[in-house]
Amino acid sequence: MTTAAATGNKVYFEDVEVGQEIPKLVKNPSTQQLVHWAAGSGDFYQIHYDQDFARSTGLNGIIVHGALKHAFLGQLLWDWVAPSGGTIKKWGVSYRGMDYPAQEMTCRGVITGKRQEHGENLVDLEIWTENPSGQKTSPGTATVSLPKRG
Amino acid sequence: MAENLITEEMKAAIGRESEPSTNEVDKTGIRMFARSVGHTDQVFYDEDEAKRRGYRGLLAPPHYLGTPIFNPKYSDPTFGGRRGGMREFNTGLKRRLNGGTEMEYFGDICAGDTLTVSSHIADIAQREGGIGTMLITTTETTYKNQLGQVVAKSRGTGIQY
Repeated sequence: MTTAAATGNKVYFEDVEVGQEIPKLVKNPSTQQLVHWAAGSGDFYQIHYDQDFARSTGLNGIIVHGALKHAFLGQLLWDWVAPSGGTIKKWGVSYRGMDYPAQEMTCRGVITGKRQEHGENLVDLEIWTENPSGQKTSPGTATVSLPKRG
Repeated sequence: MAENLITEEMKAAIGRESEPSTNEVDKTGIRMFARSVGHTDQVFYDEDEAKRRGYRGLLAPPHYLGTPIFNPKYSDPTFGGRRGGMREFNTGLKRRLNGGTEMEYFGDICAGDTLTVSSHIADIAQREGGIGTMLITTTETTYKNQLGQVVAKSRGTGIQY
């Protein structure tokens, strides 16, 4: 289940400022979504769908795939840049904390820099996923390219 | 201090480029991946929309770098990719976690593309943590399309414990 961040608003390079937060993307991955992800990504490690297996490895239960959190943050960035024709250049995160299914996960990003390089208008961001206690379970950084107005 | 789990064999593997393998990017894979993330942008589902926006075909969603060709002769049964890398070393550590992912794009990846994938272990480190002794492996992977363009690079951190 998703609360869509996709506002459809066209964001241009001139519009953004350091310190601005981009529209949040709120996810709430169900166990069904983890099974979808297993098929979509090809990662069938049992800690993501088999409760007994997950517990036998010492986990509290099934955990959300780290890579799915990276893909959620990809969706956060894509929904922000795509309406104006922007692109994602790079994004990376560390998986610092476990996330569990049927729990809200908020994907967020704050602009940390703007620069022009090789004719591209680049925007740097701090990005992260946040659990219901407000902990940053996957902090990282991203760079996107945005077009200019006109 | 726990025993050193990093063998000479592992050290020798650092920097060694893998045999290239192939990832296929097709419409079914793109839609399945987009659906699994919960994407709503039609560029991942509707070919007319993708073409209207200037793409050769359905656009691969962020993080989707195609599907490794599966063959039981050489594929990992759980993860689908080529067997090899750290999975080939008998470290005695049975559990694993993903430590981090970084991806960089240099071009669009669309349905119909065939990516040649090669990777190498960039670093292996041993650390003690709350979950015990951990082996932390960083792997760097390069993705080249059928036109010979490097379209993406990724860097993954794997934790065995």
